[in-house]
Amino acid sequence: MGVGSFFTSRLDEAIGWARKYSIFQYPFVTACCGMEYMATACSHYDVDRFGAGLPRFSPRQADVLFVVGTISHKMAPVLKRIYDQMTEPKWVVAFGVCTCTGGFYDNYATVQGIDTIIPVDVYIPGCPPRPESVIDGLMKLQDRIAVGAQRY
Amino acid sequence: MASATETPPAPTEATSPAARVLKEALGGEVLKVEEFRGDLAITVVPSAWVRAATLLKTRPELDFKLFLDLCAVDHLDDEDRPKRFEVVLHVYSVSGKHHARLKVGVSEANPRLPTLTGVYRGANWFEREAWDLYGIVFERHPNLTRILTHHHFVGHPMRKDYPTAQRHVLPDPQTWLLKVPEGSEHLVVNIGPSHPAMHGTFRVQALMDGETIVDAAAEIGYMHRNFEKMAEVRTYWQIIPYTDRLNYCSSFMNGHGWALAVEKLMGIHAPPRAEAVRVILSEFSRIMDHFVCIGTNIVDLGAITPFFYLFRVREEIYDLLEACCGARLTVSYVRIGGLAQDVPEDFADRCRRLIDSVRKYTDETDRLVTRNTIFARRFKDVGTMPAEEALDWGWVGPCLRGSGVAYDIRKDHPYSGYEQYDFDVPVGTVGDCYDRYLVRLEEIRQSLRIIEQAVAKLPGGPIIVDDKKVALPPKEQVYSNIEALMNHFKLVYEGILAPPGEVYGYTEAANGELGYYIVSDGRKFPRRLKVRPPCFNIYQAYPEMIKGGLLADAVAIIGGLNVIAGELDR
Repeated sequence: MGVGSFFTSRLDEAIGWARKYSIFQYPFVTACCGMEYMATACSHYDVDRFGAGLPRFSPRQADVLFVVGTISHKMAPVLKRIYDQMTEPKWVVAFGVCTCTGGFYDNYATVQGIDTIIPVDVYIPGCPPRPESVIDGLMKLQDRIAVGAQRY
Repeated sequence: MASATETPPAPTEATSPAARVLKEALGGEVLKVEEFRGDLAITVVPSAWVRAATLLKTRPELDFKLFLDLCAVDHLDDEDRPKRFEVVLHVYSVSGKHHARLKVGVSEANPRLPTLTGVYRGANWFEREAWDLYGIVFERHPNLTRILTHHHFVGHPMRKDYPTAQRHVLPDPQTWLLKVPEGSEHLVVNIGPSHPAMHGTFRVQALMDGETIVDAAAEIGYMHRNFEKMAEVRTYWQIIPYTDRLNYCSSFMNGHGWALAVEKLMGIHAPPRAEAVRVILSEFSRIMDHFVCIGTNIVDLGAITPFFYLFRVREEIYDLLEACCGARLTVSYVRIGGLAQDVPEDFADRCRRLIDSVRKYTDETDRLVTRNTIFARRFKDVGTMPAEEALDWGWVGPCLRGSGVAYDIRKDHPYSGYEQYDFDVPVGTVGDCYDRYLVRLEEIRQSLRIIEQAVAKLPGGPIIVDDKKVALPPKEQVYSNIEALMNHFKLVYEGILAPPGEVYGYTEAANGELGYYIVSDGRKFPRRLKVRPPCFNIYQAYPEMIKGGLLADAVAIIGGLNVIAGELDR
């Protein structure tokens, strides 16, 4: 093992550690899950503890896309465009069962899982997920960010 | 469901002024007048459709000025009916305090009907929806285009012969909603569908002359997941979780309304204890809903503190709901004929503590916001809606009361025992954003009054009706005797079998009259379920309201209308 590679890997670790506590998220909020998203973001559960308190409403300033709520076929191209506008490295969280699989809306209108449109890093099931599961999902995301794992 | 003293009894065919006037004026063009569970339905021939609606609206003794709902029903394979489709109009008379239902048959070969947009402005989007979902052409409609599905969609998904899973992919969203005049130097500003000020998934395009909006158009349907189509293959119980996701800021109230509508169809009544608990939780849900509305509206104006205050107390209301049923948001706590299970033992104490807490945070928000100069200047005389226009659009709830019309179903048509409680209905005088805010703030306090009274005299007894055709037997019996086990199995397998007929059940949800129009043909699934969503009518007026104002005012107005995507697009 050369000296250079030793330094690089340590640097990656340091960057990963810094990144996982400075999550700038884009909340793509469409439906019921938005209420639990807001509950998680507010003072009671306080995602600021995880460095993820600041939503950015411009995809160009965000590095995690929170897809919160049902995505219909009418919405799908909008979601895709927003994902494409985000700069790398970027991560995607599927928040709620509708984004994971379409949920109990198995019909012509609803996309059956957003991973048919964009790559997803963390799935948070629940209809809607409780804030505790959201925080669990967030911590799983942090683990992925720390080691630089991503699916874009 | 006892009726209050001042409410007139529901009119029968003989006493209904609507049936009498229409028969006198139209003669043989009135095909039939039916009555079921106190609902009166008048069927006319297509050529008399517009005349009948005009009579209902303009005759002073009828005065059906409040447009409620217009929808289509598909009667495929129903041999008793000569025409496949039916178009149904619901209107309400604020002065006469009753509803009317006007129906017309439309044939499959020639699905055409003259538009009602000349009579009721609110009919516009409803007719577009009926065209989009059923393919009924409304002649001379100003803009008969798709509204809930996208512009690459093929077919009409609510028709019974449309396969539920038949999907159509949309390659690109529609770029222009507005027509920009040639050579115009105006600027088009697009807001949404993913924009923080749009509270979800609405889209508005505004044509700007400097800072002033000269033209605006809205697009909806981004959250369309067609719960009504799903309901046609679900039993009456299985629909309860879907109703939770209509107006998800106050889930419990949607289920409450649904249970009452099905109970009306079945002709049963929930026991007093269940009704009292329903009232308490509905009022807490109303408070939660108003908190979200006020909180997010103020965030749009740039102040985030009240939002944090109000969401903190929402957590405490979530705790109460969680203690009752285990879920925070989408509660699914009601059952047809009662509730899923009894409330916890310390329910009354929890409610009392919660009342104190809600009152404290409401007062705090009131002190912070109401007399704040910046807030008042952004809200006063902005987005003014006169009462007449509000009725024409079909506005209901706090928004209509903000315009000065004191129509509150809890007062005018009490359900679940609301007639026992003493409370006031606040109304505005100007109809601007500030009035709508004040009405909501006062309604929170009135809701607390109702809860205090309901908790003080919470009756004992069963929480679900003792009817083997409706309610599941208690678990201990299911596990110990064969009759109960069979009963349970049959009820789960076959569902509730409602009698054939159609009802319109309505309650005062947080945003106003939430109606469920159920058409039953006696099977375990409803033939048609149409939700009368308060937001749909309210948001329809939004592009008209913002014309002539500033773009910043448009942001202030939308928050106060409290449009919820789940209810808007269903």
